[in-house]
Amino acid sequence: MALPARTARTSYDTVVACAPVTVPYTRFSPESAAWWIGRALHGLLAQSGLQIKDLDGFALSSFTAGPDTAIGLTQHLGLTPRWLDHIPLGGASAVVALRRAARAVQAGDADIVACVAADTNHVDSFRKTLSTFSRFAQDAVYPYGSGGPNASFALITKNYMNMFGATREDFGKICVAQRDNALAHPLALMKQKLTLEAYLAARPIADPIHLFDCVMPCAGAEAFLVCREETARSLGLKTVRILSTIERHNAFPEDPVQIRGGWAMDVDDLWGMAGVTPDSIDFVETYDDYPVISMMQFEDLGFCKKGEGPDFVRSHSLTNDGSFPHNTSGGQLSVGQAGAAGGFLGLVEAIRQLTDSALGTPVPQARLGLVSGFGMINYDRGLSSCAAILARSA
Amino acid sequence: MSKPLVRPKRKNPLQRTRLPLLPHGQRSRTAHGLTLAAAQGRFALQVCDDCSKTIYPPRDACPYCLGAHLPFKDVVPDGRLIAETTVRISTDPYFRERTPWRVGTVQLDAGPLVIAHLHGDTVEGERVRLSLKIDKSGAAVMVALPAVETADMQADPILREMTCDPQFRRVLITDGRTAVGQAMAKAFCEAGASIVFVGIANAWKPYPGMQTLAGLDQVEIVPLDLTDSQSVTDLAGQNGGRIDIIVNTAEHVRAGGIIGRDGISEARDAMDMRYFGLMRLAQAFGPALRFRGADGQSSATAFVNLLSVHALMNWPAFGAHCAAEAACLSAAQCLRAELRPGGVKVLNAFFGPLETEWFQTVPPPKLAPSALAKAVVNALKQGLEDVFVGDIAQDIRERLAANPKALERELGEG
Repeated sequence: MALPARTARTSYDTVVACAPVTVPYTRFSPESAAWWIGRALHGLLAQSGLQIKDLDGFALSSFTAGPDTAIGLTQHLGLTPRWLDHIPLGGASAVVALRRAARAVQAGDADIVACVAADTNHVDSFRKTLSTFSRFAQDAVYPYGSGGPNASFALITKNYMNMFGATREDFGKICVAQRDNALAHPLALMKQKLTLEAYLAARPIADPIHLFDCVMPCAGAEAFLVCREETARSLGLKTVRILSTIERHNAFPEDPVQIRGGWAMDVDDLWGMAGVTPDSIDFVETYDDYPVISMMQFEDLGFCKKGEGPDFVRSHSLTNDGSFPHNTSGGQLSVGQAGAAGGFLGLVEAIRQLTDSALGTPVPQARLGLVSGFGMINYDRGLSSCAAILARSA
Repeated sequence: MSKPLVRPKRKNPLQRTRLPLLPHGQRSRTAHGLTLAAAQGRFALQVCDDCSKTIYPPRDACPYCLGAHLPFKDVVPDGRLIAETTVRISTDPYFRERTPWRVGTVQLDAGPLVIAHLHGDTVEGERVRLSLKIDKSGAAVMVALPAVETADMQADPILREMTCDPQFRRVLITDGRTAVGQAMAKAFCEAGASIVFVGIANAWKPYPGMQTLAGLDQVEIVPLDLTDSQSVTDLAGQNGGRIDIIVNTAEHVRAGGIIGRDGISEARDAMDMRYFGLMRLAQAFGPALRFRGADGQSSATAFVNLLSVHALMNWPAFGAHCAAEAACLSAAQCLRAELRPGGVKVLNAFFGPLETEWFQTVPPPKLAPSALAKAVVNALKQGLEDVFVGDIAQDIRERLAANPKALERELGEG
């Protein structure tokens, strides 16, 4: 039986993202996830001048809101949405929230969708999240040294180094450039300059992962609105257009160790739908829970071929004033990883860069940005990947 | 190469004893298929009935064909270690005090990718053999071993942690009068136990094998009568904190069933020696055993029950005896749960009729006490929970799994 050919994808027309909100991160927080979600929504209303009843769509991502999900939080927070989504995709949450919300707005199922990711970080919540993260983690990963994602990514990193000759210096270059970007970003938790020497001399965490390869778990929230361009204009909000998006889960299960993400399956679709090419992109926000994953994204998103990631990094400068501006706020490696909000960091930063509202160093003449997400180490690899190409509104 | 174990120095009595912590032991119900295999020293993974693919981690639907019948079957444990890491920072208190700890990704020839603990002699890129072990939490874990045996590989700290090797440990054998007790003493001495305490009740009464037993280098005869609470408490008060492995060799075997006997005195004796004896022993020694579960290289590690395989299904020819054995099996299950917080294992060794006087009328095959002793030492070295020793025990186990009702009828036919 032959299935009919896939139909061409519909554009997102005049649906836009706007109102980037960051609730300043803290290393630990005694507050609940609901508190952080509430602050993020408050930030959206403050920036847009909307009232809470105007939010008729709500998409939430949070690891620490339990036992509540998005529905319980509508009552907690006084929302009465006609469109609701809970997106448990960690680092892939933002792009997935964006593309779902955009289609809902486009179809008229909702007019203004608040997309929020927030997590608290109590003194012991990270360990608890790890040990019960998934059934496979409980059965087949956590009992093995309980190194958490550091150990899982150590194996992925080691295998990548074995196969493609990446060195610690290559990963270090990514981390050092991001720290440079972060030094201008007032909300980044990491305030000290990082040198390659300091990166290389850092203590080992799970070989070959060393201290500065790891993100710092923290509490925080990120949010943005999705609505029609005319709605945003009536509110006086600057907007970004959505040229294309992709999403994929559990790609390439046959790869023994993860050397690529689902982007590699959908990359032609990403560029084709947007009608642009990689060399026209002004900045890239990758999901950087570890630098090896950023390197894989350079490859899988079409900036270079598989295995050329190390060379690509060597041949570019990755700071905001460089040849390949990357993770322009400093990324999670330097801003901090506020749980699911870590997945929103790049998208919220991209909206800022494309609306002349960067909190840190602006990328000169940025017109096109690529945001990529990656998430959910269920067993041995990240399952979710996604990406979006965003453009400055005319 | 693994370094051979070094005899531990005498412990400084002023030093605080490290308290037991456990690795994360919670598992899905399906994953306990691995626990079953590990308890018996087998390597089993799920194999899909529909598409024959081997699956890991444990699932409730086949990811290749969505088949729902995924029994655990013995699988070839060979593979290659494709990536390794050394965890130096762990979120878990148990591993925090044991880092650095090596783990790695093993690609099995059978298909699946397995995250495993790494034996010190494994090398990235090379062949390994996986073994399922019960960790301190009581759950099964994968351990990658070198494909070819290496010198002193048993001394590896990860294996030492997951098994109950008697080397440099202090053992209590509760009854040295029996042939099995004496065989155990010999086997534990040969396995490198540092002291083998052997209990003898009514020491003034001579017994066969006395000279040989007392002549064994590591053996120290101690007064112990499991039918006497005071005797058990006294010994525990003296030596309880020094014992790492307890092997209960007390036996009370008498032919005969239930209604063919007059009165319950024989059955009461059996229960007193076996079930109440086990209780006295566990109550007196259990707390110290559990407390010392993480006390260094030679921590307390195991409580061994020797059980008639007919504890699992009554053999009416020895019916009353079997009932006492069944009581002991049930108590052993309770004991297992009670000792688990200390990371101390309960090994149940099941066996058929022994080559001893009490089974004089029973036709062969019968099990030599020395074979039972060797099997127990071997099971401890592997860290097993259940071992079936000898042809009869194996036969009963298989028949029980196939059709317990058929086994019940057949045993009742004499």
